[in-house]
This record gives sequence, structure tokens and C-alpha cells, in this order.
Amino acid sequence: MEKPFAITLDPGSSLANHTGSWRTSRPVYIDRLPPCNKQCPAGEDIQGWLFHAESGDYESAWRHLTRDNPFPAIMGRVCYHSCEGVCNRGQIDAPVGINSVERFLGDEALKLGWKLTPPSSESGKNVLVVGAGPSGMSAAYHLRRLGHSVTVFEAGPMLGGMMRFGIPKYRLPRDVLEAEMQRVVDLGVKVNLNTKVDNILNTMQDGKFDAAFLAVGAHIGKRARIPAGDAAKIVDAISLLRSMEGEEKPMLGRRVVVYGGGNTAIDVARTAKRMGAEPLIVYRRTRDKMPAHDFEMEEAIQEGIMVKWLSTITQAEESSLTIEKMALDDKGFPQPTGEFETIEADSLVLALGQDVDLGLLDGVPGLEVTDGVVKVAPNMMTGHPGIFAGGDMVPAERNVTVGIGHGKQAARHIDAWLRGEEHVPAPQHEVANFEKLNPWYYADAPKTVRPMLDIIRRQSTFDEVQGGLDESTALFEARRCLSCGNCFECDNCYGVCPDNAVIKLGPGKRFEFNYDYCKGCGMCVAECPCGAIKMEAEEI
Amino acid sequence: MSFQPVHFYQTGTFTVGNRLLEPSERSVQANIQRTNSLNSGHRACQGCGEALGARYAIDAAMNAARGRLIAANATGCLEVFSTPYPETSWQIPWIHSLFGNTAAVATGIAAAIKVKKHKGEMGDVRVVAQGGDGGTTDIGFGCLSGMFERNDDVLYICYDNGGYMNTGVQRSSATPPAARTATTMPVGPEPGNQFGQGKFVPAIAMAHEIPYVATATVADLRDLEYKVTKAMGIRGARYIHILVPCPLGWGAASEDTILLARLAKETGIFPVFEAENGEVTGTLKIRRKQPVEAYLQRQKRYAHLFGKKPAVETIARLQAAADKNIRKYGLLDQEAN
Ligand SMILES: Cc1cc2nc3c(=O)[nH]c(=O)nc-3n(C[C@H](O)[C@H](O)[C@H](O)COP(=O)(O)OP(=O)(O)OC[C@H]3O[C@@H](n4cnc5c(N)ncnc54)[C@H](O)[C@@H]3O)c2cc1C
Ligand SMILES: Cc1ncc(C[n+]2csc(CCOP(=O)(O)OP(=O)(O)O)c2C)c(N)n1
Ligand code: SF4
Ligand code: SF4
Ligand code: SF4
Ligand SMILES: [Mg+2]
Repeated sequence: MEKPFAITLDPGSSLANHTGSWRTSRPVYIDRLPPCNKQCPAGEDIQGWLFHAESGDYESAWRHLTRDNPFPAIMGRVCYHSCEGVCNRGQIDAPVGINSVERFLGDEALKLGWKLTPPSSESGKNVLVVGAGPSGMSAAYHLRRLGHSVTVFEAGPMLGGMMRFGIPKYRLPRDVLEAEMQRVVDLGVKVNLNTKVDNILNTMQDGKFDAAFLAVGAHIGKRARIPAGDAAKIVDAISLLRSMEGEEKPMLGRRVVVYGGGNTAIDVARTAKRMGAEPLIVYRRTRDKMPAHDFEMEEAIQEGIMVKWLSTITQAEESSLTIEKMALDDKGFPQPTGEFETIEADSLVLALGQDVDLGLLDGVPGLEVTDGVVKVAPNMMTGHPGIFAGGDMVPAERNVTVGIGHGKQAARHIDAWLRGEEHVPAPQHEVANFEKLNPWYYADAPKTVRPMLDIIRRQSTFDEVQGGLDESTALFEARRCLSCGNCFECDNCYGVCPDNAVIKLGPGKRFEFNYDYCKGCGMCVAECPCGAIKMEAEEI
Repeated sequence: MSFQPVHFYQTGTFTVGNRLLEPSERSVQANIQRTNSLNSGHRACQGCGEALGARYAIDAAMNAARGRLIAANATGCLEVFSTPYPETSWQIPWIHSLFGNTAAVATGIAAAIKVKKHKGEMGDVRVVAQGGDGGTTDIGFGCLSGMFERNDDVLYICYDNGGYMNTGVQRSSATPPAARTATTMPVGPEPGNQFGQGKFVPAIAMAHEIPYVATATVADLRDLEYKVTKAMGIRGARYIHILVPCPLGWGAASEDTILLARLAKETGIFPVFEAENGEVTGTLKIRRKQPVEAYLQRQKRYAHLFGKKPAVETIARLQAAADKNIRKYGLLDQEAN
């Protein structure tokens, strides 16, 4: 071979040597399931929408989020964000403030008037949704996006279900609720308010509905058998909260005793406080045994709400209550002690849980009702073909997010069922737990704390207690995400390969391995911060 | 001051790239059009730190010299695995010197360029010399010291893997104490390399008061690129000493190469700093301090320290040496610790 002076070898001629043949195992790019996504009851792709938010593209983030959940501004206020409890960043410093970024996106959408994507075609199918709570409205949204004609029958005068008639304003301002509900209606969902369904089969037949999704919630306050004098004022928590939405505010007197230890009890006490009363919560067990979330109890205590632990109410009179002290036995159950005490009380509010009104299902064949809730199959269908159900009326945890998740799942199954098919959810990827990450690469960044309303205004007004993040803090918070299990294009694999065997495809296109030269050292796998590469044995 | 990392953009400047940074702020290695000076198809072991360090360093030098660069290369792994006749992995003008004279060869090239430039026969071309620790701290040391004291316009890069790896892991004057090689005490009360021998060439280079001396590792790419770029902006003799783990010679897993370089720095065993005209001007701080065991235990060359009866005293001596580095070079941030 003729070469110029002093040149003996052609540049880069080693490409002829395919060192990939040395390999006994090969790296492969994968997407692992981030723990937050796995946890989210509404099935949000949290890592996915944070990815857009990280670059400041909030609209794409919001669009990505609303593929699964149409109510981010509501979520950002009332969701119990169990996702944060499992967030991998919690093992570095503190979990990503997923919920606060979600709220920021939701508020940004309302501020800038972003609209949900309308369906691209009409299926010609007619679906009935009963109940305009979170579960029903989520189903309506997803069904509509799939092209079905959707009609919502709602017994009450407004949309929102327990989000309007239960959750107080200081946690969920009504303009936010209204706006996110309306946005779903704007997709062409028909709504019949003040229309209670008494017999589901008749309603379906009359309206020529092909399928129905029921989400009537649980609205009947549980009563306790408390001997009471004629003049004793006893109300149930749900009726009380509901009346807060009307013109006439309830009359409770000054000393209001709330009986129960759940979130509802706390909301009632905080509501009473804001109306000028002096609420006292009476609960039969201890704080750590309370079903209420600790942060809510904490906020209530900050607002000056008193609690009597280990106490049951045995007698109610016009202006007093008799209370028996309890003691926990070795199994942690409260047992009576025989010690009594009398406390002053102008009214007693019972917050002891709710039952479902299943009247509309009377006479429907095939249904299975256990413990007052309707059994559904994994596809959310009741025992009666074509009737699906979700939210508080089916056996599950009772909260807004679970209801929204049910609505979404049901919509997908109804869609398939209407076509005579079965919806098979895509198999879940393996979980990107903390051990799969290389946390070295993430810069230190402590969590951003949301502002709280000052305590005086929290005790006297119904102004929203928790504030939101602003643009810069939301961006900061989004960027704290580790992108668990999903490539975020940090270029580490492209950089660290000693054999230059990683091909960078360009922004948004990720990477490819060049197996002609990859020797299988595993460095790219070890140095990928987020666990998006895996080593697989080579078949030899 | 040393390299200033970006404070917080998800990964700051710890990762090779970062989609949230301006392209101009990203590393050379993140660039889709990097030179790949040392291309695929070379015959280095799986996970070779030297192959990686060489591409990192020479790509950065090529970037700084706008592609006008010549490299002289001492005998050693880097030369042997990159150029088995009739192939080469190099994509830059590159010449193989002898084992011990690469500094002198580079000096000659620099002199020739100077003359040609003077005659108007060519524009500016920069010169790099590179070699392993054996070729640098032992056999090539005379030529290197001469290059320093004459302040020849060459950037010399030493890839330190702590031994003569190409010929089967023999001891060099850069082999760390207690590390076992093929030519250190195999048995007895204190096997492995002796304490109190060897030398740290970056300090000797500083004693020559050349314009620029720096150390780096393959675990801190941004720092490494910053130093090569800075060195390329200076005329005269410059020296960069890069710690490059060797899976074969260290008895380590191939995927641990970067981890080991990181641990060498985080324990204080390998101080990462830069110096101008004989004075230390910047240090790369320890971020999450670790005991030396974290580094030692992952390498079979130190396995004899961790048998049934761990060599507590020897480990303590190694810890003391690391602590001394921490004090001497100020490797811990005072505020943070
Ligand atoms: C005080 C309180 C605070 C809460 N706070 C939170 C919180 O902070 N976060 C959280 O996640 N969850 C909270 N929850 C729980 C949450 O509100 C419920 O789990 C959720 O609203 C259930 O949604 P759903 O759609 O199943 O039913 P609902 O929200 O109860 O909606 C059911 C709807 O169906 C209508 N309906 C009923 N029967 C019929 C009929 N026969 N015909 C037509 N319409 C009918 C009702 O009028 C209602 O509008 C709280 C609950 C209460 C009571
Ligand atoms: C004068 C001379 N002596 C000995 C050798 C054999 N030899 C080739 S490479 C090498 C060791 C190189 O060690 P080092 O410089 O540390 O580089 P590494 O292989 O570790 O990267 C030796 C001893 C030689 N080529 N020339
Ligand atoms: S770091 Fe991001 S992807 Fe990982 S669990 Fe937390 S929010 Fe999800
Ligand atoms: S770093 Fe390179 S050679 Fe090693 S496994 Fe990854 S692609 Fe293959
Ligand atoms: S190392 Fe970075 S660029 Fe490579 S797969 Fe992992 S996240 Fe993506
Ligand atoms: Mg060597």
C-alpha cells in the first residue's frame, strides 16, 4: 500500500477489528418503572411529566400528565401523594415534591387556559355515568377522549361529588374545582344535574345506553348508638359539610364536639373553628392509631384544635356529653375503664365513616354486595354485564385519586367491552428501585417547602391554607427528580465507554449500542445514574 | 481556582452531558462530533481506564487545538493496544517513540514546528507527549525532567495505572504502598509494595516550577477536560498526571473502573489538584469522604490486607497517608466538614 511520507497506518483502521466478539454479556437499554409511577393510584407517568417540566416546558408536562388524570390542580391540593412516600430521592435527601409541581402545572393550565385534547373521532356508542364525583368525571373524560358519547347523571345541584360537598374550601378552593370540572364538560360531555338515578336498568333502557359506569360515592353518615336526650343536637359530619355549600350555614353553637378520628373529623373540626366555634375532637384511640393523615392532624393542632384521646361518648344531653375513658389492651384495642367525665357541648358531630346508598341497584341481577360495597372484577365490571363501578362504592381505599384511577381503568375496559374485546394492560416493567441507581451523579438539592397561610387567617377564614410554588421553585423541584429507570440523556454511557461503542442519536432520540465493538465491560451500566441500562448474558 | 461545577441542574456537571445545560457548557465528550481520537477496535482490556483517559484527554486537547495536534507516545499498554500492525485506533497524527524517550521526541517535534513556523512553512500545531507511569516516572524520567527544565512547549500526559501493566504487572515507582504486583514481596509479614519507596511525579514536576501541573482521574471528566483545556492555553512545559484504574493489574471488576477512580479521590488516596509555577492553585474537593477500605477492598492487589486476620496496621498506615494528602492539599471543604 502506498502511503505518504512517514505514514505507516491508516487513521482509525482498527475498525476492522470487531472487539465485540470478546463479549460474554451485553448492555441493553431499558425503561424501568419508577416507584412513584407504580404507586400513583391514578396511574400517572410522574417521571414522564416531570421530564418535560424539568426543561421548563410546562405545557407538554401538563399534556403528558392529563393523559392519565384530568385534574392536576385538584390533585395538587387534595391528593394524599403516596407517590412521595416511595420516591427514591427520599433516600438521598427528601422526596421530590411531586404534588407541589403537579399543582403548579394545574394552576398554570387554569391561568393560561390550556384545553384538554378532544377526541379525534366518534365511536357512536352511548355511555352513562352516574355520579359527578372524581371517579365519575374521570371516567367521563377518558370515555369521551376515546370517542364515546357520554352523559353524566348527578343527583346534586353541582359537579364534584365529595370534593364539593365534603372537602372544605380552605383545602380546595371552589373556583379550582369548578374550572377543572368544566374543562371535562367542554369536551362535549353531557351533564344532567339534580337527576338522581333510582333504577339503573330503567335509566339505561330509557336513555339507550350501551354501558354504564357507576360512581355514587358513600354519602350516608354512619350513626353510633348514643343514648341522647331530646334536646341534644346531633348531626352527621357529611350533612354538616354539605350544608356549608348552601346559603344557610349550620348553627352549631360555641362548643362543638366532633366524634371520630378520620380525615372527615378533622375537616369538620377545622371548619367549625373557622365559623367561630371551639371544636373538640373526641377519639377512642391514640394519635398514632388515628386513620387521619398525620399532616392533617398536625395542621389542625396548629390551628388550635383540641383532641381528647382514648375517650368514647356514652350519653348526649342538651349542653353536655358524658365521656368514658378508654385504655388500650395489649392488642392495641381500646377497652372501657369505667371512669366517666362530663364535658360541655352545644352540639355533637358524628364523623364515624360513611355507607353507600345502593338504592339504584335494587333488583339488578348478578350483583355481589359485601360489607355494603359492590364487588367488581379486575376490569371494574360488576356482576352485571355492561355495568361498571368505581370510587368509594367499591372495595378499595377511599380517596379522590383512587376514584380517578378507577374511572380511567373502567373507561379503558368499557371501551374494549363495547367493541367485544378485552383490554389487556401493557405488562409492567421491572421497578427502578434505589439499588438500580448510581446516586453519585445527582447534585445536592434540598426540597422546596410550600408556603402556608398565616395562622390567624387559618383560624378565621376559609382562605386556602397551603400555597403553591412559583415558576422558579417549581422548576427547581421538578429538576430534583432522578428520572428513575428512564434515560434522561445525561450522556454518561456515551462518555464512559472506553471502546466508543455507544452511539448518540441526538436530542430526544437517546442512544444505541454498537455491538461490533462493545466488549461488555459494564461501565455504562454502572455509571448510568438512573438505571436505564441492564447487562444481559450473551448466548454463547 | 479549580473547575467550578454548575450548582444545580439535576445533575449539575457531574454527568458527562446534561440536557438542561447550554450546549456550550457541556463537556467535549458529550459532543456527537467529538474527535474520538482513540477509536473503537483497540485491544485494551474490558473496562480499561487508560483507554478511556486517553480519549478523554486527547479529545479535549484536539478541541482546544482546533484539530491541529501531534502526539508522541511511549511504549506501554496505550501504544501496544492501539497500534498492532497493520491497524491503528488513532485518528490524529501520532508517533510511537521508545519506552523511555517520548518527552524528548515531543521536544524534537515542537522544535521542528517552531522552525517551520518561523520559515512560514506551516501554521501552529501543538504537541502532546503521553506515556504510562513506568515510561514516565521510571525509564523516561530523565527526558521528562529535561523537557521540564528547558520549558519546552509540550503537554506531557502520564496515565498512571500504578505499574508496568503491559508486560504483566510489574512494580513501578508509582505503584502505591501495599499493592501487590508480580515483582513485589509475595509472602511474609508485609507482602505487597513497600512503604517509604516510590515517588509522586506531580510534586517533582512542580519543583521544576513549570507553568502548569495538574492531576486528574477518569472519574471527574469535567475537571479533566478543564485541566487539559487550560494546559493547552499555556505555552511551555506542562504536565498532567491522570489516575487510570487497570482492571487486570488491580484485580478489579471491569465495571468498577470509574468507581475506583472516584474512591481514590474521595478517600484522599489520590489528591486531585492543579498548580501554576510551582504553587498549588486549586483542589478538587472531596464530596463524600470515605475510609480507605472502601477503595482497597474492591481490588485483589490489596486482598492480602483483608484475609482472616485483617492487616489493621497496614490499613491504618494507608489511611494516615490519605489523611496527610487531605491536610497537605486541603481536600476537604472547611465549611462542609
Ligand atoms: C370531609 C372529607 C374530606 C375528604 N378529603 C379528602 C382528601 O383530602 N383527599 C382525598 O383524596 N380524598 C378525600 N376524601 C375522600 C374523597 O372525597 C372520596 O373518596 C371521593 O370523593 C370519592 O369519589 P367518588 O367519585 O367515588 O364519589 P363522590 O365524590 O362521593 O361522588 C359521588 C356523586 O354521585 C352522586 N350520586 C350519588 N347517588 C346518586 C344517584 N343515585 N344518582 C345520581 N347521582 C348520585 C353524588 O351526589 C355525588 O356527587 C374526603 C372525604 C370527606 C368526606
Ligand atoms: C527499553 C525498554 N525496556 C522494556 C520494554 C518492555 N516494556 C514495554 S511496555 C513496558 C511497561 C510499560 O509500563 P507503563 O509505562 O507503566 O505503561 P502501562 O503498560 O502500564 O500502561 C515495558 C517494561 C521496552 N519496550 N523498552
Ligand atoms: S426521583 Fe423522580 S422518578 Fe424517581 S421516584 Fe422520585 S419522582 Fe419518581
Ligand atoms: S462501556 Fe462500552 S464496552 Fe463497556 S459494556 Fe458499555 S458499551 Fe460495552
Ligand atoms: S447513562 Fe445517561 S444517557 Fe446513558 S442511558 Fe443512562 S440516563 Fe441515558
Ligand atoms: Mg503503568
